[in-house]
Amino acid sequence: MKAKHQRLTLAILALVALVGAGLLATFALQDQANYFYTPSDIVEKKPVAGKAIRLGGMVEEGSIRHEADGVTVNFIVHDGTAQQPVIYTGITPDLFVEGSGVVADGKLTTDGTFMAESLLAKHDENYIPRELEGIDMTGNMTKTDTLVE
Amino acid sequence: MIAEAGLIALWLAAGLALLQFALGAVGVRFGREDYYAAIRPVAVAQGALVAISFLLLIVLFLRSDMSVALVVKNSASVKPLLYKFAGTWGNHEGSMLLWVTVMGMAGACIALFERSLKVKTLVTTLAAQAFISLGFYAFLLVSSNPFERMFPVPPDGQGLNPLLQDPGLAFHPPTLYFGYVGLSVAFSFAVGAMITSDVGPAFARAMRPWVLGAWIFLTLGITAGSYWAYYELGWGGWWFWDPVENASLMPWLAATALLHSVTVLATRDGLRAWTVMLAVVAFSMSMIGTFLVRSGILTSVHAFAVDPERGSFILALLAIYIGGAMALFALRVGTVKEGTRFELVSREGALVANNLLLSAILGIVFVGTLYPLVVEALTNEKLSVGPPYFNLASGPVALILVAIMAVGPLLRWRRDSAKTLLNRISIPIVITAGALFLLVLLTTSMSVLSLLGMALAAGIAVASLAPLWKRNLRRTPLHTYGMVIAHFGIAVALVGMASESSFTEERLVAAKPGDEITLNKWKLKFEAIEPVAGPNWTALEARMTVQYENGNITEIAPQNRMFASAQTQTSEAALLTRWNGQLYVVLGDGDAEGRWQIRTWWKPFVTLIWYGGILVALGGTLALVGRLRRKYLQRKQKEYAELVL
Repeated sequence: MKAKHQRLTLAILALVALVGAGLLATFALQDQANYFYTPSDIVEKKPVAGKAIRLGGMVEEGSIRHEADGVTVNFIVHDGTAQQPVIYTGITPDLFVEGSGVVADGKLTTDGTFMAESLLAKHDENYIPRELEGIDMTGNMTKTDTLVE
Repeated sequence: MIAEAGLIALWLAAGLALLQFALGAVGVRFGREDYYAAIRPVAVAQGALVAISFLLLIVLFLRSDMSVALVVKNSASVKPLLYKFAGTWGNHEGSMLLWVTVMGMAGACIALFERSLKVKTLVTTLAAQAFISLGFYAFLLVSSNPFERMFPVPPDGQGLNPLLQDPGLAFHPPTLYFGYVGLSVAFSFAVGAMITSDVGPAFARAMRPWVLGAWIFLTLGITAGSYWAYYELGWGGWWFWDPVENASLMPWLAATALLHSVTVLATRDGLRAWTVMLAVVAFSMSMIGTFLVRSGILTSVHAFAVDPERGSFILALLAIYIGGAMALFALRVGTVKEGTRFELVSREGALVANNLLLSAILGIVFVGTLYPLVVEALTNEKLSVGPPYFNLASGPVALILVAIMAVGPLLRWRRDSAKTLLNRISIPIVITAGALFLLVLLTTSMSVLSLLGMALAAGIAVASLAPLWKRNLRRTPLHTYGMVIAHFGIAVALVGMASESSFTEERLVAAKPGDEITLNKWKLKFEAIEPVAGPNWTALEARMTVQYENGNITEIAPQNRMFASAQTQTSEAALLTRWNGQLYVVLGDGDAEGRWQIRTWWKPFVTLIWYGGILVALGGTLALVGRLRRKYLQRKQKEYAELVL
């Protein structure tokens, strides 16, 4: 192969790889760019049932109900305007209480309930969900600033 | 007095760094070769002084000197000694001091041991190294003095974040720092070689041990960090695509690419400009990693107290370094002569493919990590990019990459034929196809990615050993063994990942003492719940006995810990490791009826993920030892030859 051709082939290959990766990234991002939803977002954008999304908001006062099996909990997440019922089966974070902020990963079911697979509580000193920063609905979400590596 | 002595040592070290930079810059710019001789002792003295400063900070922490603000904020006198020690770098100021210490000592090592590089290139390298250090010195002395005193002296300190009170984590940050700093050294070499137009095999051979060393530390750091997150967070996952995890993954990806391209440059004198470019990118990634973690821009487990001044300082440093590096590259790339050519089907060709694919993954992770930050900064809209994006986008590329990894070492340098290659890899292909067939036949729950990953891993495991086939094993160089082991380690880790994601079984119950839980072949009996106490925590502990099939009965005890100093709870998962997997048990809350939530996982072969990581690092270490030994022997030989002549 001639020198010029070789450089050209390499450049084209590099370009193809980069464009391919870029397309892959855009394709995946498109699906993901609206990964995070507040309850009003869910009302507005109506994500498809079964799609993996992240829900964030406040746990409504008086809404936490423990099921008889001891491991399932029902509650409502609100953002001041809309409400979203959530079911979570698992161990709740230590600081998961009514009025606290939560971020839940999971999916919507066909009846409109959010099935959470994991929960993060805002008041958990060790992990503040980034998305909840600045969302202030009840006034008791103070910024925790004592994080240390 | 210790604190003052430490601060003085730090100031002196900063002064010497300035001198080191000035000597190098003036010396090279105006051709003053008499300056060259002075730069080595200055670099050594700078390394020694900053090391003394760091040692003094350690002493302050060990003695729990509560007149020092940093000790008060991050330590407590009742803390176990190991965590007092680790507390030295478990905070913003201390970790920055550690960074600059490692940097100074690396400079001292170059000054002491590097003999094969042209003097001018070496001097420029040391000057570049001093320039990078200067930014960090300024940062420490201006806005984050670790030795600041506190009046009045409080009776005791505030303690360390309990999550971090863990032996694994005590050494996780320094390990990553060694990696980051190693990449900064590689970058300094690249700057040196660019400025003196000395990009060639000698430069590559001088840089290679540093890249290898950095890469080994990054590999270990990521492996340890992943295991730490796995057992400490109690969520049962081993990788969360958390921005902070990505911050350590990105430099590793760049370092992996650099490691392979620097080999082409050292052995075949090819890929010159590309290697220099990668050195710039790898360093940029480690700076971005530091920025993401240290600036508090990401709020997560790792982020420090949010401090806008510090954030802006690091951002400014980042802009100067990365901008400067890119500008220098753009200006000097023209002087880098084209290296040796090669055919597409050749070892070099495979290494180019490796580099492209690693860069592609790097790009995907980079976009996913920074996209939310950029969007938020521009539109103030919050969004997050989650695991589905990263897995979907990087998974397929990673699979192609590992497939090429299996093929690359079996190719000849410069030129090879596709036909003979096919012949050489026929056995791995058959094994992969066979594994795929069996997996499809026998399993039902596997995702496409895991299925392909597992099948490929089987083929790669065999292919990675193939370079040793029909070779005299005693005369095979150590670095070849290193490569074989590292590639084999990737296959091992891949099996672990695919198995964990496909075959994990989980059970979550609310149980009373006396209840039995079955999970896969495990029988767990919940015996009792008891309070226990440690040096600075109290806990509720679930006593359980577990049995696998009809094997021995073992006791395990997951805990919920309450820390006195920080009023924080952490969950201590109980892990039981067998050869074929791990049992993972977490204790949750109790309810009014006396039931306790118990979450259990059986994760077949999950430990292979970290064993694979350790194998990869071990391979790197063998390669490093082999290369250094060869370098040493060659120098001895040369000296001997000169003696005889």
